[in-house]
Amino acid sequence: MTDLSNSEGQTMADEPQQDYQAESPLLEAWRMYRRNIPALFGTVMLTVIIAATFYGMFFYTGDAYDIVWAPHEPPGVTPEFPLGTDYLGRDLIAGLLTGGGPTLAVGAAAAALTMVIGISLGALAGFYGGWVDNLLMRITEFFQVLPALLFAMVLVTLFSPSLTTIAVAIGVVSWPQTARLTRAEFLRIKQLEYVTAARAIGAKNKRIIWKVILPNALPPLIVSATLTVGVAILFEAGLSFLGLGDPNVMSWGLMIGANREYILDAWWPVTFPGLAIFFTVFSVSLIGDGLNDAFNPKLRER
Amino acid sequence: MNASYLMKRLGYGLLLMLGVVVLNFLLIRLAPGDPAVVIAGEMGGATEEMLESIREEYGLNKPVLTQLGIYVGNILQGNLGESFFFNQPVSKLIGERIFPTILLVLSALITAIVLGVFFGVLASRKPNGVLSAAVAVFSSIGYAVPVFWTGIMLIILFASVFPIFPVEGMMSVKLRDANIFIRSLDVLHHLVLPAFTLSVIYLAQYARLSRASMLEVLGSDYIRTARAKGASERTVLFKHALRNAALPILTVAGLQFGSLISGALLVETVFNWPGMGTLAFESILRRDYPTIMGVLLIASGIVVVANLLTDMSYRIADPRLRGES
Repeated sequence: MTDLSNSEGQTMADEPQQDYQAESPLLEAWRMYRRNIPALFGTVMLTVIIAATFYGMFFYTGDAYDIVWAPHEPPGVTPEFPLGTDYLGRDLIAGLLTGGGPTLAVGAAAAALTMVIGISLGALAGFYGGWVDNLLMRITEFFQVLPALLFAMVLVTLFSPSLTTIAVAIGVVSWPQTARLTRAEFLRIKQLEYVTAARAIGAKNKRIIWKVILPNALPPLIVSATLTVGVAILFEAGLSFLGLGDPNVMSWGLMIGANREYILDAWWPVTFPGLAIFFTVFSVSLIGDGLNDAFNPKLRER
Repeated sequence: MNASYLMKRLGYGLLLMLGVVVLNFLLIRLAPGDPAVVIAGEMGGATEEMLESIREEYGLNKPVLTQLGIYVGNILQGNLGESFFFNQPVSKLIGERIFPTILLVLSALITAIVLGVFFGVLASRKPNGVLSAAVAVFSSIGYAVPVFWTGIMLIILFASVFPIFPVEGMMSVKLRDANIFIRSLDVLHHLVLPAFTLSVIYLAQYARLSRASMLEVLGSDYIRTARAKGASERTVLFKHALRNAALPILTVAGLQFGSLISGALLVETVFNWPGMGTLAFESILRRDYPTIMGVLLIASGIVVVANLLTDMSYRIADPRLRGES
């Protein structure tokens, strides 16, 4: 890192103008991002949450599935269970640390699938236009008409509620927006001169799509991918809350759903998992906003 | 707005609905297991006799395309099948539940748009003011809060701390024999919390969107003209600027209908609101597939109609679009 900035400083002194133009847009974006305090805060918060959910149980003794104490022990009363216990007498902290993993993993996998489907279909539609575009956009509109959560519920019920099914179901219902965004970007970029230039030197369609247009369409897609992760996490939480998740795997949504019958006796078993979901998605959205600002400095004042 | 355009949109909407019917059919075929058992519902304890009558009704012994034809034909006649769990025709079940859902969704949408636009417009007056910052913060929070959790938190708050709003159901049992006016008020009273819960996510989004949209419009020449001719600040903001800034808001409102229905599903479950969401939830727990598929179809129908209405109102709001088709 120090090496890089050193050599940069030297060329800056020699030919300032040219060097500025030659700087990688990603590096430029990183510079903007690094100065954005909410975004950094979000990054740190998400890192802490991920670390806690994946490594927390190595340090915390206790099992999320074990009944360890009387049910509905309020937080702050027994020192061994600072956040109290749930309706069965299970430790809430162990539950939070164990339950985050599935939520985050499903969210990330679903978002990845969303992006793969959305980018592929959007790229094809935007690049080839004509009947391909027409057909793919009709399919996209069709999927936008189906209420996403309901459709996902149907898919999960029909094909066994495992974590994989849930991730696939969320991916299958949420790609249309990504496809539309990708298509719009491809429509815009394919008219630019450097695409014509690439064609002129004999680049094949495949190369133009993947190597010429896609890298230039990435900034808005990265932002949208971040927001997709947040939406997918909320989605997973919603499904588990309804009891459609894998009933044998602890997750934040499941904790809320399982304890909701008793909210008037005990507020804590639903409040803490909800806060965990909130802070996770909130940190993701701060990162998304930060990336957006970093990629579109012009929009910053908005 | 010309009639041929309207017909084209209507036809397209019907085509989308037909698509949903075909999708429903494929889903039942693709699900693991005997389709007759799937239709009867795995927890229905279907007898061999019932299965045989289902096979007969849906023509499950015939070629797949014939089956599709029978399925589409039934639905075109308004026959969404029979719920084996509720022992009622699915169309009747949904008919009872559709009004509460539409009431909930529209109240939430209107609350979100009215309040959101109001705050957004006020915030746009000072792009770097306190209200603008608040709008930005709240829209991030609104995006990140799980809607079912907001509902539960409100239930805890209003059931034990401020018991002024009912936290469950749509009507009080004790008012069942009261006149229609009192019963409507009762429904509205029950509606407050669910509608507010559902609107929170969207309220923040509309505030942010209308603020951004207003900022763009406020820089235009015609706003300066309006100010120059001495129009009051309120007239400038709410009449000249908002009318132009409203178009993106309208577009988003139309696009969001599907997601609103998804949110309503969760909110209904939390508040025991007797709409299509609770029906979907109950039928999914019982694996009552005819009902689930019916709800999916009708909910998609609501989205199609909402999109159609948005499209039409867009054309009314923006005279430039009227000539196009």
